[in-house]
Amino acid sequence: MSIKEIVEGIKNKKIKAKEVVEECLKEIRERDKGVNSFITVFEEDAIKEGELIDRNLEDLKDKKLLGVPISIKDNILVKGKRTTAGSKILENYIATYDATVVKRLKEEGAIIIGKTNMDEFAFGSSTETSYFGPTRNPVDIERVPGGSSGGSAASVSAGFVPCSLGSDTGGSIRQPASFCGVFGLKPTYGRVSRYGLIAFASSLDQIGPFAKNTFDLALIMEVIAGYDEYDSTSLNEEVPEYSKDIENFDIKGVKIGLPDEYFELGVDSEIKDRILGICKKLEEEGSIIERIKLPHTKYAVSVYYIVAPSEASSNLARYDGVKYGYSNRNGKDLIEDYFLTRRDGFGEEAKRRIIIGTFALSSGYYDAYYLKAQKVRTLIKRDFEEAFKKVDFIITPTSPQVPFKIGEILDPISMYMQDVFTIPASLAGIPGLNFPAGRNKDGLPIGLQILGKKLSEREIFCFSFFLEKILEKEVMDHG
Amino acid sequence: MMDWEVVIGLEVHVQLKTKSKMFCSCSTDFDSLPNENICPICTGQPGVLPKINRRAIELALIASKILNCKINRISRFARKNYFYPDLPKNYQISQYEEPIGYDGYLELPSGKRIGIMRVHQEEDTGKLLHYIGSRKLDYSLIDFNRSGIPLLEIVSKPDIRSPEEAVEYLTFLRLNLIYAGISDCDMEKGSLRCDANLSVRRKGEKELGVKVEVKNMNSFKSVKDALSYEARRQIKLLEKGEKIIQETRLWDERGGVTKSMRRKEYAHDYRYFPDPDLVELEFDEEFLNEVFSKIPELPLERRRRYIDELSLSEYEADVFISNKEASDFFEEVIKGENDKSFFKEASSWILNDLLGILNERKLSFNELKLKPEHLKELVKLKISGKITSKIGKEIFPVMLEKGEFPSKLLKELDMEQIQDEDEIRRICSCVLKENQKVVEDYKKGKKQAIGRLVGEVMKKTRGRANPRAVNEILRNLLESSP
Repeated sequence: MSIKEIVEGIKNKKIKAKEVVEECLKEIRERDKGVNSFITVFEEDAIKEGELIDRNLEDLKDKKLLGVPISIKDNILVKGKRTTAGSKILENYIATYDATVVKRLKEEGAIIIGKTNMDEFAFGSSTETSYFGPTRNPVDIERVPGGSSGGSAASVSAGFVPCSLGSDTGGSIRQPASFCGVFGLKPTYGRVSRYGLIAFASSLDQIGPFAKNTFDLALIMEVIAGYDEYDSTSLNEEVPEYSKDIENFDIKGVKIGLPDEYFELGVDSEIKDRILGICKKLEEEGSIIERIKLPHTKYAVSVYYIVAPSEASSNLARYDGVKYGYSNRNGKDLIEDYFLTRRDGFGEEAKRRIIIGTFALSSGYYDAYYLKAQKVRTLIKRDFEEAFKKVDFIITPTSPQVPFKIGEILDPISMYMQDVFTIPASLAGIPGLNFPAGRNKDGLPIGLQILGKKLSEREIFCFSFFLEKILEKEVMDHG
Repeated sequence: MMDWEVVIGLEVHVQLKTKSKMFCSCSTDFDSLPNENICPICTGQPGVLPKINRRAIELALIASKILNCKINRISRFARKNYFYPDLPKNYQISQYEEPIGYDGYLELPSGKRIGIMRVHQEEDTGKLLHYIGSRKLDYSLIDFNRSGIPLLEIVSKPDIRSPEEAVEYLTFLRLNLIYAGISDCDMEKGSLRCDANLSVRRKGEKELGVKVEVKNMNSFKSVKDALSYEARRQIKLLEKGEKIIQETRLWDERGGVTKSMRRKEYAHDYRYFPDPDLVELEFDEEFLNEVFSKIPELPLERRRRYIDELSLSEYEADVFISNKEASDFFEEVIKGENDKSFFKEASSWILNDLLGILNERKLSFNELKLKPEHLKELVKLKISGKITSKIGKEIFPVMLEKGEFPSKLLKELDMEQIQDEDEIRRICSCVLKENQKVVEDYKKGKKQAIGRLVGEVMKKTRGRANPRAVNEILRNLLESSP
């Protein structure tokens, strides 16, 4: 069921909120063993919430997400619940407060079903670095769901929940959405409050939704977006009702840019053909397709792997075994306790990134790495600013490949290259949406990325909604 | 010793006088129980973000302004990364490349200017406890109440030339910060802390010597003692032909020596970088003007006003400015008055009577029952001649104890002045009769004998008569009788 159907159904007393929740829980119980999309499931609490809604239906009728079950990535805090960030170091950490997004979801009647699996501290593109074991792609259980929000994407793709929240630092929403064949949005940096999101790279992190269609995606965004006084970097700009009038979109004359750099070597030819085929269709509908250049794209991954680990090395310093979380106190002194705690508490990839970041920020190297990377980041940002003077949207593949097999990519650099098409938009702080663009010949999902300028979420939703409609029609036309 | 010049720079940390912490809304109350004023933000829970306290920024701007600093129109917070259990995030939010203020000076009362390198804002750490009473624990306790309290770091240039001058600078800096409402600057409560960099060189030399950082000085006296010791130590070494090692030394109050703590070559690499959780601070002209328009009167301005406008002596003015509470009390007493004798009288009551009693009883002004309006009335009664000095001195301790207006107390204690002239005349006649000998002396030309008669009348009225009126009545009586 879509979010719209659930909310309408509960309001009109066709279904009970409790039944909706129970159905989700049943699916999770029966099928998540093979997928491992959840780290924690709130069975009892979720049912109680459902009952509460059913009892107080009259007072709750205007709630936008009335009785909608949602899963939350396990790096977003839900008060009183375990929040692990996929790490041993927070294995038993109980959140002392609600993240702003969680508060907003609860206020609109959403029911949090559980917390989803993820790469440890969101460090990864496959959900294989989780302390709680890898998540598997529901489309093909041998394959990864992408990452780091692999659990969230998989939970929606498997049909456990209609929607989920993830976080995206360099592609962690868009790439798993692409791999699992669902919709996912990384909002403009600052559009959604980060308060209560366990920080990976503060200047890049954004929380965003997963869903099975554009309308649902827009509705979740409507609820979670907006200024938050607890996040100084959140933008004090009004939030449009994204789901309202979403069908009001005229494709005639809309300019779409295809950046050369995203269609060069290394892109799976089936993905490339599929994306270009969709663009052809859009052209037929009246849009104008233009080849564009984003010349600094080739530096994006390098820049990202300096900026993000640098910030991460500082953000992860607080996990020291002193205040909360895993603590190894067998050292002979304080310093050794720190070493032991962090040696045993963090996984390999987390330690790799902490070391990279610590190095990049060290005195004597700071100018050559961090500062230089920030300068190049500005150039990447400018590339997009220039491009959006000419076009309304940019379309690219979300990922150069379809989902790979679990254990297939072991080399860190190859893994880092998975995010080559999602990282530039993260560095530029612009919004990007993964549009599930069908399957390849092996039945594996292909993702199309729509990028827009800052705060153009509304336009992106309308465009995606339109695209959804014409492709549905295409499927129907061609049987 | 005579051939050497001591070069000192001071790093002063003061806690800003704000109700809430730097990045969260927890209270800054000093007297709370351990870990009473804490929240997810100031204990570094996962997922929290800092939220800037606007008042703290204003105070930092004011401090920069009164220290004649240039203001960075775009100022930024940076993370200072190091691991320590009292630092919950294992980084301190501080400022690095773009402090609020830089390149200023403080002009001492002597006229010498001490350069100010920078004024920057940061958050305080928690407090580690290793003892309960005198018992050393085999673990440590952490109190996060102090964690996140706004601090200002004021770094002077190496312009100070003696330990005495260091204390002079500190004293005057402290006074200015107190007057501007920036900090309580209470060293005992840790709201003012001071570290020093000290080097020595031969007089006339241009190059600075190797500097040593001196920490753990807990009073102005220990600053003076520690720096004097350290200067002597360095000079002695150099005179023996030895070298000074750049290091941090701790002042050992009991032993009266500085002891090596750590060598600078092991110094932390703090890996400063701009804090991505906080946006840049941008100050426009209008905002700055608004903030600066609220700067209260500073000690030197007040001193000048006391001397030039209120005609107080330099001594009185100096005592007042060094004691802001007394001076503020005085301000309340003289509010709305413009008579110089009133100022003089009010000042005298505070400096000569009140301060002594407060010191004796170890009380502060806010513990006082006596309110400025009570003293104001007393001063008025006194200078209008409605009470004598004697009555004043008698009633003052009662006012202190009861916290009441003198007029009310005088009435209650039957110490009011006798208004009825006939009554005074009657007493005067009586006194003349009883002191025939003095009257005769007077009539023989010993005019000053009248003083004794006045004294007798005052005695009989227990000081309740106006001595001037008594004098006049007696004179009339004496002149009119044969």
